Amino acid sequence: MDFEFSDEQRQLHDAVERYLGNQYSFDRYKAIKGSAAGWDPQIWRGLADLGVLAITVPTAQGGLGFGPLETLAMMGDCGRSLLLEPLLSSAVIATAVLRAFAGETAAAQMLTGMGEGAKIAVLAHFESGAGFESQWVNTRARRSGENYRLEGHKAVVMHAAAADTLLVSARTSGEAGDAQGVSLFLVPRTAPGLVLDVYPTIDGQRAADVYLKGVEVPAAGRLGAEGAALAPIEAALDIGLAALCADAVGVMQALLDATIEYVRTRQQFGQPIGRFQALQHRIADMLIHLEQARSMSYLAALRCTDEDVGERRRALSAAKAVIGQAGRFVGQQAVQLHGGMGMTDELKVSHWFKRLTAAQLMFGDSDEHLQRYAALSVRTILPTESPRSTEFSA
Amino acid sequence: MRLEFTDEEQSFREEVRSFLREQLSAEISGKVLNGYELGREEHLLWQRRLHERGWGGMSWPVEFGGPGWNSVQQYIFEEESALAGGPRLIPFGTKMVAPVIMAFGTPEQQRRFLPKISAGEEWWCQGYSEPGAGSDLASLKTRAVRDADHYIVSGQKTWNTLGQYADWIFCLVRTDAQAKQQSGITFLLIDMKSPGITVRPIMLLDGGHEVNEVWFENVRVPVENRIGEENRGWTYAKFLLGHERTNIAGIGIAKRELSRLKRIAASERRHGRPLIEDPLFAAQIAQVEIDLWALEITNLRVLSAERHSPAAGPEASILKIRGTEIHQSISELMMRAVGPYALPFRREAMEAGWQFDPARESPGPRYASMLAASYFNQRKLSIFGGTNEIQKNIISKMIVGL
Repeated sequence: MDFEFSDEQRQLHDAVERYLGNQYSFDRYKAIKGSAAGWDPQIWRGLADLGVLAITVPTAQGGLGFGPLETLAMMGDCGRSLLLEPLLSSAVIATAVLRAFAGETAAAQMLTGMGEGAKIAVLAHFESGAGFESQWVNTRARRSGENYRLEGHKAVVMHAAAADTLLVSARTSGEAGDAQGVSLFLVPRTAPGLVLDVYPTIDGQRAADVYLKGVEVPAAGRLGAEGAALAPIEAALDIGLAALCADAVGVMQALLDATIEYVRTRQQFGQPIGRFQALQHRIADMLIHLEQARSMSYLAALRCTDEDVGERRRALSAAKAVIGQAGRFVGQQAVQLHGGMGMTDELKVSHWFKRLTAAQLMFGDSDEHLQRYAALSVRTILPTESPRSTEFSA
Repeated sequence: MRLEFTDEEQSFREEVRSFLREQLSAEISGKVLNGYELGREEHLLWQRRLHERGWGGMSWPVEFGGPGWNSVQQYIFEEESALAGGPRLIPFGTKMVAPVIMAFGTPEQQRRFLPKISAGEEWWCQGYSEPGAGSDLASLKTRAVRDADHYIVSGQKTWNTLGQYADWIFCLVRTDAQAKQQSGITFLLIDMKSPGITVRPIMLLDGGHEVNEVWFENVRVPVENRIGEENRGWTYAKFLLGHERTNIAGIGIAKRELSRLKRIAASERRHGRPLIEDPLFAAQIAQVEIDLWALEITNLRVLSAERHSPAAGPEASILKIRGTEIHQSISELMMRAVGPYALPFRREAMEAGWQFDPARESPGPRYASMLAASYFNQRKLSIFGGTNEIQKNIISKMIVGL
């Protein structure tokens, strides 16, 4: 039992913190957010030079071969800096998907390119009408000769327009809701028949609805065995969920810091408003939420690659439920304690609040995860317990 | 970063488990696991078992007869003991007055008092709060006037926990009425058999006798029973309050009670189905379970950090607030799980050996009769040991600094 970061993890954190501190000011963020593309290739280059894009790329593909703890160490800084670049989508989630197929040439080449910063890939998986139910794949891939022909629609695909390649899941057999029958395809963003409806999300990132209208993909563009892609997709989504939790904790810490600073300096009735006990207790509650959330972000990072899928999901659902609730409280109270200023676009507070709100909505909200946790866990008596009760003994 | 305990810690856990298997009787664990109260002799018997194993003062350093456990080992012991149904450790002797005697007592006081605390031969209670001094403890008024080699103590203490069992009481008394509040206080050890002491029960909302008023009428206390210097008692009291906060979250007990909640919810039925399958109730159990999991990791983080440097921040207050809220939620859910069968109020149901006659006495299961009383009793958690509001003041002082 040890919660210290290793020297390597610390160095990685320090490097990212320093880089973003120097390069990713609030003004820079606003400029990028207002730009047509919504992300900055120069920043992406800088992150690649730091090695950040290669941390979870296997060493065989020229990466650093690190895992979720290294991701955890740097994600908080990305949240605090309001990073708009597709780090989570490409360097965490798509990288995790491709790692499962690193034995195949196409995936291995993608990984190398992504680690170097030359390529960007994103996973296009979730569809409309089913939230974050990962088995709900209705997009079809029909074999015709040497090709597959993809038809369907993917909803709210983060950073789709920034990607060179989309990792598109499509059903080669079965019905929506089946665990089997989902296959995965490498689709160039410029492929004929692939249409993107691009929009900003509530927190200023970019996403798109992706329409696949008879997109032809050669059989070599299929990753892994036909119909067996759901497990690696879910494994990658779990790694992404853990990283999103760490990002959110970074945002909560930033909001608490800003709120403490504000109540210390804002004067009303001839004194700093931080002297008022109603506000002091609210800030104490924010810290309590933040620390519980931080604990769960550690749990998520430690368990997100657990081979026991049930235990992995139990931990991740617990983490996402706690972090969603904490994010809601910390975000809302940070705005409340900043008063009218918390409502303005001018202050970073509202931008952090919106990033937390987006994190709440992604990968299932607290209620969905609470429900999944209840299904996985509530009927089990705690594993450490061996009841020696007189009245409940069988 | 890793969640797993080290091999040494795991084998220590095994050692604790085998001790519990050998020494904890089914009678005692049965009472604890089912929420019955234990009496004085049962608590002292358990303290003696611990003492025989060399664990009587489990938080004490080796030089005073303790096993020299670090905070992780203490945590593991308390968790295993709670899960197995071990009696909760009464803190007043081993965890509260003993560290003060070790740090500030004379060698004579250490020889006189510590062995009997460890051996479960003397029961201690606390004389801090007064009717006019709760959270604002330094405003206490109980007076001690020097008379040659004695102090004459007069006044009233309150919220004295289990003083009806106690042989000794440690007290804060005012020895200088002119000095600033904190600087006129002295720390005295007082024999409960001294003439002039009266213990009066305070009946609580759950019908139980857990706390008392203790009256002092010209009680003569030998000067040799003073800790440290006269008028320096506040320093020692603050030191003690720091020690009171170890294992403040009560993770092991909360895990045990959560299991009990699940067993109750599995045996209660609604609409012909086990209550635990009701989505709304299951979600409430899930919520408290994940809250407990988050707090457990927070507690482990504090222990992990303490290996490098002692916690000096708001950690203890966070653990106290969340721990008490979680305990209260669990006890409330247990009461709600049995619904109307929690209505019959039978104080005797809290005592083991109560003869339950389902045909005549109660409409619900036997365990239902005590759940409301337990819910009422647990309201104390957010009040004692520094109310949760005081804890929030402490947190804010540390992080806002105004």
